[in-house]
Amino acid sequence: MKIYLKILSFFTPVIALAISFGLTTFILIMIDRDPVETFTLMFDYGTTGKSIVSILNRSIPLYISAVAVAVGFKMGMFNIGVEGQYILGALIAAQVGAVLILPRPLHVLTIFIVAAVVSGIWAGISGYLKVKKGVHEVISTIMLNYIGAGIVAYLLANVFFEKDENNSLKVPQTNYLLESGQLPPLNNILGIEDLPNLNSFIVGAVFVGIFYYWLVWKTSLGFDLRATGLNPVAAKFSGADPNKLIVLAMLISGGIAGLVGMSNLVGYFHRYTIDFPTGLGFAGITVALLGRNHPVGMALGALLISFLERSSQILDLNNIPKEIERIMQGIVILVVVVSYEVVRRYILTQEVKLASRMVDKDE
Amino acid sequence: MSNFLNFIKDNKEKTFFIFILFWLLVIAQIETYSQLTTSGTFAATMRLAIPILLAGLGGIFSERSGVVNIGLEGMMIMGTWFGAWAAWLYGPWWGVAAGIFGGLIFGLIHAIATVSFQVDHIVSGVAINILAAGTARFFSVVAYANESQGGATQSPRISGEISSFSLPFLSGGTFLGNETIDLLQNLEDLNLFFISDISGLLGGLTRDISYLSFIALSLVPICMWVLWSTPFGLQLRSVGEFPVGSESLGINVYLMKYIGVTLSGAFSGLAGAYLVIESSGIYRENQTGGRGFIALASVIFGNWRPTGVLMGSGLFGYADALQLRSEESVHGLLLLISIVLLALSIYLLFNKKSRNGAISLLMAFGFGIWFLNSTSVPNEFVYFTPHITTLVVLSFASQRLRMPKSVGQPYKKGEGG
Amino acid sequence: MNTAINIENISKSFPGVLANDSVSFDITSGTIHAIVGENGAGKSTLMKILYGMQKPDNGILKINGDIAKFQSPKDAISAGIGMVHQHFMLADNLTVWENIVLGIDSSNLSKIKKSKYIPDITDLSKKYSLPIDVNLTIDDLGVGEKQRVEILKVLYRGANILILDEPTAVLVPQEVEELFENLKNLVSQGVTILFISHKLDEVMEIADRISVMRGGQHVGTVSKETASKKILAEMMIGKDLPTPPSRETLISSENCLQLKDLRGEPSLGKIPFEDINLEIKKGEICGIAGVEGNGQRELSEAILGLYPVESGQIFLEDIEITKLSTRERRLTGISFIPEDRQSQGLVVESNLVENIILGKQSSNTYSSKFKNVLFKNASKNSKDVVDNYEVKTPNVQTLALALSGGNQQKFVVGREIDGKPTFLLASQPTRGVDIGAQALIWDKLKEARDMGLGVLLISADLDELLGLSDKLYVIYEGKLVKQLEPTEATPEQLGSYMTGLGI
Repeated sequence: MKIYLKILSFFTPVIALAISFGLTTFILIMIDRDPVETFTLMFDYGTTGKSIVSILNRSIPLYISAVAVAVGFKMGMFNIGVEGQYILGALIAAQVGAVLILPRPLHVLTIFIVAAVVSGIWAGISGYLKVKKGVHEVISTIMLNYIGAGIVAYLLANVFFEKDENNSLKVPQTNYLLESGQLPPLNNILGIEDLPNLNSFIVGAVFVGIFYYWLVWKTSLGFDLRATGLNPVAAKFSGADPNKLIVLAMLISGGIAGLVGMSNLVGYFHRYTIDFPTGLGFAGITVALLGRNHPVGMALGALLISFLERSSQILDLNNIPKEIERIMQGIVILVVVVSYEVVRRYILTQEVKLASRMVDKDE
Repeated sequence: MSNFLNFIKDNKEKTFFIFILFWLLVIAQIETYSQLTTSGTFAATMRLAIPILLAGLGGIFSERSGVVNIGLEGMMIMGTWFGAWAAWLYGPWWGVAAGIFGGLIFGLIHAIATVSFQVDHIVSGVAINILAAGTARFFSVVAYANESQGGATQSPRISGEISSFSLPFLSGGTFLGNETIDLLQNLEDLNLFFISDISGLLGGLTRDISYLSFIALSLVPICMWVLWSTPFGLQLRSVGEFPVGSESLGINVYLMKYIGVTLSGAFSGLAGAYLVIESSGIYRENQTGGRGFIALASVIFGNWRPTGVLMGSGLFGYADALQLRSEESVHGLLLLISIVLLALSIYLLFNKKSRNGAISLLMAFGFGIWFLNSTSVPNEFVYFTPHITTLVVLSFASQRLRMPKSVGQPYKKGEGG
Repeated sequence: MNTAINIENISKSFPGVLANDSVSFDITSGTIHAIVGENGAGKSTLMKILYGMQKPDNGILKINGDIAKFQSPKDAISAGIGMVHQHFMLADNLTVWENIVLGIDSSNLSKIKKSKYIPDITDLSKKYSLPIDVNLTIDDLGVGEKQRVEILKVLYRGANILILDEPTAVLVPQEVEELFENLKNLVSQGVTILFISHKLDEVMEIADRISVMRGGQHVGTVSKETASKKILAEMMIGKDLPTPPSRETLISSENCLQLKDLRGEPSLGKIPFEDINLEIKKGEICGIAGVEGNGQRELSEAILGLYPVESGQIFLEDIEITKLSTRERRLTGISFIPEDRQSQGLVVESNLVENIILGKQSSNTYSSKFKNVLFKNASKNSKDVVDNYEVKTPNVQTLALALSGGNQQKFVVGREIDGKPTFLLASQPTRGVDIGAQALIWDKLKEARDMGLGVLLISADLDELLGLSDKLYVIYEGKLVKQLEPTEATPEQLGSYMTGLGI
């Protein structure tokens, strides 16, 4: 009997997605477009070989961003500041990486560490403000996003820029990373030739997922985090120190956030420019909510969102606004959070009923 | 003399404010920094403060009924989009109505999610923001795809504008059909210490005021009246404070929360519409720039009161106005900050708070050196003046605030005895 | 003399408990009538019936001569009954007058008739001599003043029978005096007052008549003149006390826990506990008797490191632990059975395996060298506890939420005792637990004690205290007022000290 509850819980995202598809269909009809055609186009385009590689590449930073957010969620904290954290981390790491000369593994690793540390400290500010000054982390992280963006813009234009050949024009971008600071595409390492390049940092993403799983579910620190998130009073009585945990959670969350930009930095662009991808911080929140903070769930969520983003690109060529995908994301997230809450409560009440029935039978 | 010192001790905050204002006036006398107190600056302050003010007033209704509303930003975005669209097609006042409506719908969604489905308030707010951004983008494409001046990220220019008025005699408005003098402007042009600055302030606030601004500002006393002088306001405030007790007294808690949250959406929608109609004339993606969050911050350190939100939004509006109009004056602010920090450090050290005093002193020197070594503040930094102001004010204010006791907590009917 | 309330053969039962057993007595109009009894005597159930929050199973209630069948508190209010709760029902951010008129007007945008309400309320407060500035915010009021607002609130809505539930529990002595003055004034205006309390010294000062309840039954009603401390204490506790069983093992001479001159930081102006001096040896159960609200909660939290101590010291096995954090104290071997298992002792949305770890997450049992949680140990230990403590659950993967209260408590007790602690703090360990579970928990506590565990047992249940304790203290208003030998304690003694009478 408990199995049916597990199945319900497992299929809730599917149900939520179905509802979202339904609402999207409705919107498409309203603007006079054929929903069947739209979805077919998206599916066909999204499942081509090129698309699959692109989707995998896109989901790497999305997944890492989601994990960063999820670490906070597990403790009941909202780190909305992944956006500011990762761009600061990526920029500083890019600059440090550009002036270092080290053997490749060390070089790349240093870049990762710098990004994680910078990003972690930026997040730590919010943790500190919450503990010492009672500032709610939602507002402080959001404000720090804007401040971080401003700092990045300033540094890029005035401090970390590349001079062109004549040493006169300032191009706002960091110096190109030497070979040793680059991560070659997986294709090169594996010797695949006819497909576009798969970013090697996908391995990094997998590691991040494993680390997250290990940290939250296997360590005593993770136990403290989860307990505090579920029942702060009992956690305090069991010896967990809420203040220490708040700061730690933010530092770890920020540290992971730092890795969000790495796939793009060392695996693709090899420098930080003003065109460096932004918006990954907020997309990460969507994926974390969609994946219910579960390491595999978030991976699937990241793949889904990337699929939507990629597959919708074909729509413009067929006179369907590709922005339908944007509103779809919004609908999905809203339907999903409502469905998850409804199902969660239902499952809890059912568990209680089932258990008491079972115990009564025994007596 | 001792009376004076006692006054300072008892009114620490007021003295602090007066001190800051005094030095602001002094610095404003210097030619390069004169923009700190011109009527142009204050007029811009008002225009930039009002969206935050409106969203903040909405935030008060939501929070006072016990629901955290992080989605003010998203509701404001809907206000900008619908406001621009209707204003472009039908005219500015239709834009106002449409903006209110757009925000209201999203407010209603937030209410349904948090009150009826008991979704976590912050999660719902974040979802609303994401949905609003996606909706705005999508609707833009659908509505403006074939317009030459519009597109996925902006709308065509709105048609018409809302008329404005000026106070007669003081600000050159018309009186019985005749042009009158602009007394305040004349005073301002005389460059007299204090008198000209005050004239700048008053002139900026009373010259060429659009009717929409007037409506927005009059909402402040209206909200105060509703919240503190009507039974509805009393019940709304009690619901956010102790929902269980309120229910036992016969108050419909769910209904109050729904109204509070939906109203917050309507206000934010109005804020967005104002932003489009008064400031930019078009809808542009990311136009709101975090103002919804700043509005929420102003609710917090305005202590959940309309007057507090008015002052908070005024502060941000001022910072925003300076950064838009005059880079030099922002540079002058560095000097002001340095002087204020210096005074603060003397006060702290005098009171034996040596660690904080030393930090303050160091920061005072830091700002002083920065001031002396530069002629302007880089505009990337100037851009986030409102955001860092928010952070700083919140850090110091959070201890002394009084939020509605049950805000953020899910409420199930009948949870009470 | 009119009778305000006739209570005739009122009975009420809940699953497993007969809360009110054919209770009958009368309350005369214009008097102060006290109802006393220990926790669980049935006072609050009776009050809830009087106030319309519960319906009696049997019996008749008459208010001013008319038969009353209340369906809800609204009916009771219409009949003129007003309840002043122990935990105030006031909106702290609203003013006095706003709280008083809250809910009277329907929700609209008309102007609140402040000009009518405020003078009316002020007149009312003058009439009943309850001085209060109606424009103050509740946040700014002292506890005594808040209580006055609660009283005014019910008077404004037309009450002439007031029920006060443990009104002096939160007041300091001076505020108690003021309250008693107010009550006397109210009575002189014709108001009837029902006063529920466990503090016999106060009750004897203020009440005209006193009804005693015990075990759901009405034991008797005496008038002020005929009452004496002896009579009342015996009525409350009963003539016979359970005989403590003799024990076979000896108490060790080694120290387990010592408290020296412990004093808690004041909260809301009140010092929760002070002058606490206590020595518990290994193999000894030390009981602290007292009605709830006399500082026990703060004291137990202070021992755990969760409530700030202003002065004094705590020693575990002769080592000072006063400055250690909660986690460190747990690691040195302090275990805790909380009084509120669901909020303090369990993460109800997690299963039993996870809950077994709670409290010991950083100990070697559950934390490896690399800080990994040792789930194998957790699984085994949770199964052991389930077996040894007869916890009825489908399996250890079940969520704690799904267990009944008694089983949850057995699990928590098992977890805390099985962890081989050095010292166990048990706070109301069998509250709200069925008889079978209670007996099992008592046996386990005795077993652990015989094996050398030192236990501090804080309880309001006299059977429990007398059945388990090797030595007994009574706590009243934050001080340990008496030490008693369990074998020699009389009901009179216990009752008196617990209720402040003292002998």
